[in-house]
Amino acid sequence: MNKEINTSENNFEQCIKCTVCTVYCPVMAVNPDYPGPKQAGPDGERYRLKDPEFFDEALKYCMNCKRCEVACPSNVKIGDIIQKARLQYSSKKPGLREFALSNTDLMGTVATAFAPVVNGTLKLGAVKSVMDVMGIDKHRTFPSYSGEKFVTWFKKHAQASQQQYSRFVTYFHGCYANYNYPKLAKDFVKLLNALGYGVHLMDKEKCCGVALISNGFKKKAMKQAESNLSQIRGAVGAGEAVLATSSTCSFTIRDEYEHILGLDNSDVRDSVMLATRFIFKLIDSGQARLVFRSDFRKRIAYHTPCHMEKLGWSIYSVSLLKMIPGVEFFMLDSQCCGIAGTYGFKKENYPYSQKIGDSLFRQISALSPDVVATDCETCKWQIEMSTGFSVENPISILADALDVEETIKANK
Amino acid sequence: MKFDSIIIGGGLTGLVAGISLQSKGKKCLIVSAGQSALHFFSGSFELCSAPGDYEDALATLPSSHPYSRMGVARTLELASGVKDFFLSSSIKLSGEDKRNHFRITPMGVLKPAWLTLDGYASVPSDRKMPWKKVLVANVGGFLDFHSDFLMAGLEKEGVECIPYIINIPELDRLRTNPTEMRSTNIARALTGNVLCELASQLSKAGAGCDAILLPAVLGLNDPENANSLKARMDIPVEFVATLPPSVPGIRTQLMLKAHFQSLGGTFLMGDTVNEGVFEGNQLKGIKTVNHADMVFQADNFILATGSFFSRGIKASSTEVFESVFGLDVDYTEERPQWYSPDVFEKQPYMEFGVRTDDKFRVSRDGNVLSNVYAAGSVLSGFNGLKDGCGAGVSILTALDVADRIANGF
Repeated sequence: MNKEINTSENNFEQCIKCTVCTVYCPVMAVNPDYPGPKQAGPDGERYRLKDPEFFDEALKYCMNCKRCEVACPSNVKIGDIIQKARLQYSSKKPGLREFALSNTDLMGTVATAFAPVVNGTLKLGAVKSVMDVMGIDKHRTFPSYSGEKFVTWFKKHAQASQQQYSRFVTYFHGCYANYNYPKLAKDFVKLLNALGYGVHLMDKEKCCGVALISNGFKKKAMKQAESNLSQIRGAVGAGEAVLATSSTCSFTIRDEYEHILGLDNSDVRDSVMLATRFIFKLIDSGQARLVFRSDFRKRIAYHTPCHMEKLGWSIYSVSLLKMIPGVEFFMLDSQCCGIAGTYGFKKENYPYSQKIGDSLFRQISALSPDVVATDCETCKWQIEMSTGFSVENPISILADALDVEETIKANK
Repeated sequence: MKFDSIIIGGGLTGLVAGISLQSKGKKCLIVSAGQSALHFFSGSFELCSAPGDYEDALATLPSSHPYSRMGVARTLELASGVKDFFLSSSIKLSGEDKRNHFRITPMGVLKPAWLTLDGYASVPSDRKMPWKKVLVANVGGFLDFHSDFLMAGLEKEGVECIPYIINIPELDRLRTNPTEMRSTNIARALTGNVLCELASQLSKAGAGCDAILLPAVLGLNDPENANSLKARMDIPVEFVATLPPSVPGIRTQLMLKAHFQSLGGTFLMGDTVNEGVFEGNQLKGIKTVNHADMVFQADNFILATGSFFSRGIKASSTEVFESVFGLDVDYTEERPQWYSPDVFEKQPYMEFGVRTDDKFRVSRDGNVLSNVYAAGSVLSGFNGLKDGCGAGVSILTALDVADRIANGF
């Protein structure tokens, strides 16, 4: 009943020019050089279909947050139209900066090997000046690299013990948990094991490719996506759900692979999800139980990342956090924090990035929570840098609040 | 996931029903497929098109009209509580007792209005203009407010109008993209120190005027900026609706939604219901696009999906249908009878909508669904545009249905 008649895949003919999307675009609110989602999306598309000459390089200011799509009353895939147009028509070739920012696996592997040196030098004035010349804003601090990748740790310390379980999930850890913050991945393993699930990793997980897509490396993104999809198919074929702890990884694999890269993921899409959705469903259907420590006390404010808003899944993370007895919970207004992955690292975007997040930062400061919870790693960097408050993934908070022994007993 | 009530549609109707139920202790979920028609809000809610007294006018409406089906007494009873209801969401409305006043359209025409947002220019029910001389100010380069029409309209009513163009350097930057110089972007710029500059310009230009009329471009998130401007001036400042997007409409939506959530309600934005789980003549749960196999269960459901504009009702070349569950719809079979060739005439298709019983419960294949109600524009039997009753039907049927659910009658 919801299928529109005679429309393109992105539904752009359904646009009734109501201007609602322009109200919710975080970029338009701060940067008048951006033509806005209506003009850049469905309006511009009509012209571009006539003649690609009409492509406007100002579309690069789009952060791909998809808040226009969430707001659209006519189901037009405005963000998709803009992203596809950028990949198809832009004559600007991505440079060294774009390469460095988006090849997360390469950078991560090299940096992990030299973590102490890299972490030190990334903070040095001289290195910052070089980055500045490259067009990376000097205010940004790169997340530090861990000396040991999560995957290496897993193989050494956790893989063998996974055999004791009879049910399994596959974990798509993503770049951040692997190279920068293995604690999150370890928390995931702790939580899933306590719930009675063994954890498998894919043989050759590649970066989901979100940064490659937004920086114009479509071919490379396709290659990584195809590789990931084939690995995901293996896991799903074995009856396992593929879980991620990053809202953006989940969103990219589920939606961007199909909508932007044109890859058919329909056979596995429903099996790829955020870990909090998987866990909530287990609890909601009575198949599992979480037992929490009685001494856990925290004031937690939840921030909804843009791709989480698009997925519509904050309800799962939030419901789980609210289950912890010692938690005093606050829901922050759903708005963009301004970083949008690699977007906010670019010198020309930095001031806008901070302006976009300003009201969020002020709301957090006024609430002064013990910790901000969010499902996105780049939101974490942005909020920590801009407010000084510490930010954790809901999975880490749950793992921290968990009474491991009792939870294991409850799920035997 | 289990709720007491699930409301499909997050516009005026859905939010009023949600707030009403949630404040009666019912756990509610609202699912909204994008933003609502409140983004086109004129600043006034209309009950009916009668100038002056509306009590008698309500009694003359056809029997198919939702007011007639609730009964005039019930309609008036519910209507009497609406001001306080909105005040509980910090939205201040003004209106006369059982009499319509007049709102001023962006075209400068006076139209009967029931309740008007605080701060909006309006004319009392006796049609006596509140000013002899006004300054009609517009923002330079703003394309969605046409002061010439407004002035022509007001001059017809005997008001002397002085035009004025506001030029503030902070707004020049917005003009980089003339097509995007919209009310909401102007609203974001008119804050802090810019308000001082605006106040001083308007005070100077408006000297000797009884009031200053401004396009409604102040206060996107709360009424603070509008109040702050007024506090800086000796001459009264009043707002007139712009073309969409409507700044006060967005503010109203945000404030209603915030109130609903502060009462503990759950709001899913940008999601579409794509399946119902039925058991006999009861709806047990719904599934949505974003949540796939997750069934949202509830005891009762309210369909508040709107009419054609909001896609609650759709038409193909041969039939008119309800878009979520394929419910029974009231419409005339023959397509040529759907519309009148004169665009300004009353259009029959405007009265198409879901068929409901005396409790506003919907039906499917002729069978009434015992726990599914409809409210607002999705209902059949009224022409919100011609009869000037769109907002009234939304608010009052939402309150009626919420009351039925909460009190079980």
